Amino acid sequence: MSDIDDALTELRDEFDLLGDWEERYRYVIELGRDLAPLTDAERSDANKVRGCASQVWLVTEPQEDGTLRFRGDSDAHIVSGLIALLLRLYSGRAPADILAFDAKAAFDQLGLAGALSSQRSNGLASMVQRIRRDAEAALAA
Amino acid sequence: MAFDVQAVRAEFPILLRHVHGKPLVYLDSAASAQKPRAVIEAMTRAMEHSYANVHRGLHTLANETTDAYEGARSKIAGFIGADPHEIVFTKGGTEAVNLVASGIGASLQPGDEIVLSEMEHHANIVPWHFLRERKGVVLKWVPVTDDGRLDLEAYQDLLGPKTRLVALSHMSNVLGTINDAKALARMAHEAGALVLFDGCQAIVHKPVDVKDIDADFYVFSGHKLYGPTGIGILYGKAERLAALPPYQGGGEMIATVTRDEITYADPPHRFEAGTPPILEAIGLGAAVDWLAAQDREAIAAHEHRLYARVRDRLAGANWLKVIGEAPGKGAILSFTVDGAHAHDVAQILDRYGVAVRAGTHCAEPLMRRFGVSSSARASFALYNTEDEADAFVDALTKTQAFFA
Repeated sequence: MSDIDDALTELRDEFDLLGDWEERYRYVIELGRDLAPLTDAERSDANKVRGCASQVWLVTEPQEDGTLRFRGDSDAHIVSGLIALLLRLYSGRAPADILAFDAKAAFDQLGLAGALSSQRSNGLASMVQRIRRDAEAALAA
Repeated sequence: MAFDVQAVRAEFPILLRHVHGKPLVYLDSAASAQKPRAVIEAMTRAMEHSYANVHRGLHTLANETTDAYEGARSKIAGFIGADPHEIVFTKGGTEAVNLVASGIGASLQPGDEIVLSEMEHHANIVPWHFLRERKGVVLKWVPVTDDGRLDLEAYQDLLGPKTRLVALSHMSNVLGTINDAKALARMAHEAGALVLFDGCQAIVHKPVDVKDIDADFYVFSGHKLYGPTGIGILYGKAERLAALPPYQGGGEMIATVTRDEITYADPPHRFEAGTPPILEAIGLGAAVDWLAAQDREAIAAHEHRLYARVRDRLAGANWLKVIGEAPGKGAILSFTVDGAHAHDVAQILDRYGVAVRAGTHCAEPLMRRFGVSSSARASFALYNTEDEADAFVDALTKTQAFFA
């Protein structure tokens, strides 16, 4: 079990306390509101993840111990909340653990199936792709 | 002829679907409409009984399929008051605009002007930007008023001796505004310019007579008109099409080919290189047959009733901003919800079974005009009901509470 799996177990326990989808989405919206916003400078084109309906930004910060720290933001609440979940799973992990992790399956387990749909309108799937790309680059370095 | 929405719904099998355990309330027909059995069956029947390539073979199936394909062209011509040889099958509305832009662009000079409006879909913007980039053509923009109409005085002022073409939406996919195409065409012609209308939305909601409008070009897609994807229509006046060079090269669009030279087929086949979307054309033919058999005035009245009902019920919602309130507009409601992003709104509405569009609707200049980064859009079609209008209002009210 990697740290990332432990984080998923923890999230699953939190979500198990929530009832129907309305409660889950309210919780996700709350997480989004609590997400530390990026600065205007960090909301740059370089950090922008391709989306359509909403905008998503991702900042990747390689740490000295070889792990990757991620911060992210969106102009939509639900997407921000889902980013908060992604960051709890991915941020501060080793690149190999990141690449071994299946985010889509994790979201399904949290009762958020469809949140990582392949639609381009949803910047989240692209965000996961970029996280994985940065992890691959870190491994190759 | 009476209009019975339940009878109409029964012809659309997909409307029985449930989404997240709720009955589907499909309010995204302006993006793509669902298909009646008549269309599904026409395409299936062709594949099961009578299919081959068109215009080529001399065998029975080839002849039958060619008849069906050319028959669809005639049906569509009749649907808009055109002659069959003025109807070009394209792969969609977008390709139809690109075809005209590419053809007209060949003869444009730097400094020539093309007039567009702020309410255009990207499909009626980007092909003209190509000409700006490649030919030095100047794009002029008709402004949109606060309630979502074209500013006709400004339009008149933009028309001048350098105006070569006017390319305008007949009905806005965001605002629902229905423009007076006939008046717009007359003004363009008085200035000596050609006029193209993007009819993707208008053709669905009102009878269109291209000769009465006096359009030089009129384009629309099949999939918004209850037909299949992969097919669109370019109508062009016979003399306008005759003046256009070919768009793509390949089989079927030539008269003769030798090692040293080629001669081209006459329109419309000149513009239909390669094997065309045969089944899709047949499907679209079935769609216009089906729609023409309905009482279109009653449909328009029905759609308007749904829009008015939603608008009335939401009249007191101080958290709602509606974009586009032009008089006589079609049944498209674009809106923003205070405290929520359009993406949030669409995602929660989906959980209640309500399908709406969220984003920039491929109309970024219009979004900028109204100072929003995105909006949500509920669009009504002939198969929507008053119960669905109510379900939408109820779901939207609940959705807003998530973000209050």
